[in-house]
Amino acid sequence: MTAPTLLDRVVDEVGRVVDPEIPVLTIADIGILRGVIVDGDRVTVTITPTYSGCPAMDAIRADVADALDRAGCTDGEIRTVLAPAWTTDWMSDEAKAKLVAYGVAPPRHGRLRHQPVLCPRCRSGSTRTVSEFGSTACKALQVCGSCGEPFDRFKEL
Amino acid sequence: MTALATVTTASFAYALRHGDDNLILAQRLGEWISRAPELESDIALGNIAIDHLGVARTLLTYAGELEGAGRDEDTLAMGRTERQFTNLLLVEQPNGDFAATMARQLFVDAYQVGLWEALTSSADATLAGAAGKAIKEASYHLRHSSAWVVRLGDGTEESHRRMQTAVDGLWRFTAEMVTPDDVDDEMLSVGVGADLAALRTPWNERVGAVLDEATLAMPDAAFARLGGRNGLHTEHLGHLLGEMQWMQRTYPGMSW
Repeated sequence: MTAPTLLDRVVDEVGRVVDPEIPVLTIADIGILRGVIVDGDRVTVTITPTYSGCPAMDAIRADVADALDRAGCTDGEIRTVLAPAWTTDWMSDEAKAKLVAYGVAPPRHGRLRHQPVLCPRCRSGSTRTVSEFGSTACKALQVCGSCGEPFDRFKEL
Repeated sequence: MTALATVTTASFAYALRHGDDNLILAQRLGEWISRAPELESDIALGNIAIDHLGVARTLLTYAGELEGAGRDEDTLAMGRTERQFTNLLLVEQPNGDFAATMARQLFVDAYQVGLWEALTSSADATLAGAAGKAIKEASYHLRHSSAWVVRLGDGTEESHRRMQTAVDGLWRFTAEMVTPDDVDDEMLSVGVGADLAALRTPWNERVGAVLDEATLAMPDAAFARLGGRNGLHTEHLGHLLGEMQWMQRTYPGMSW
């Protein structure tokens, strides 16, 4: 068996970096991680913010730098790009399922935004928005009319 | 000065003014934290502030790169005096009551939705990228401010009175947003800037529709207060900067 290449190690380590605000999702799950390029010893990791002022970006950048260290990378660069603008449509179905299990209603995909927001606990569709803004820039506050549970909703963007 | 130098100077001024608008508005909105009328509003204003701050960081960093004099986002935000800020007079106006903050926000949001939309097709890739993100946030902000203006305008007699007073009081600062100067003309001519004159009608329609639903009267065209883009501010900016810059002025270069 051959030893893992630098690319394998970087993908493995960077792939484990989670969003500090939603620790059940990796930055790849959310779509913050845009790319990893290995050219000889040089590694370039590209990330994009969810919101312009996302305060988690500094922590994420530091965590990616740590991940590069763990992967044995000696010449790494972390680039932040703004275009194309991040969208919740980049989130995988698997990531959305993890959000539901965590108690957060996932963002509805572009074509389905007219559908009701389902309560992550009882799956009822009779929920309403309490506030368009929540505990982080990417979430809103919702409450379930059936089970009465308040919950976070990942906003569609 | 060569033509290239003129464009570079205008590019710096252009990134700087839009960075300043968002920085100063973010600082104003931040003043509400722990003082908003309800917890949800406190969180909402903090969220909106941080969106504006994020845009400001991108644009001020870019302005520093364009200038090429070694100034970064922090130096530009904390190291300039009142006359060197080129933000709109509207964004530096005091928070007043919640109605005044919502009126100011509605006016800015309706403008920024048009501005960012126009800048997404800017020939400058950095501005286009920043605008592509900001347009999504501005649309969300506009929904929030519109809802509050309607709720207060079409609310009780007292909330209606206060909302109308707020709209009337800030109206004279709104024309500045869509009044182009030399920098805007220069940037428009090279395909980088937005056509501010073309933003006027959509702005009037957006704001007019909200005021209408809120049972509020749109004020008559008033004497337009200008000057922000030239660093000629109302007395409020100096006080704001005094608070915002205090730490860096007292302990230059300090960090966490």
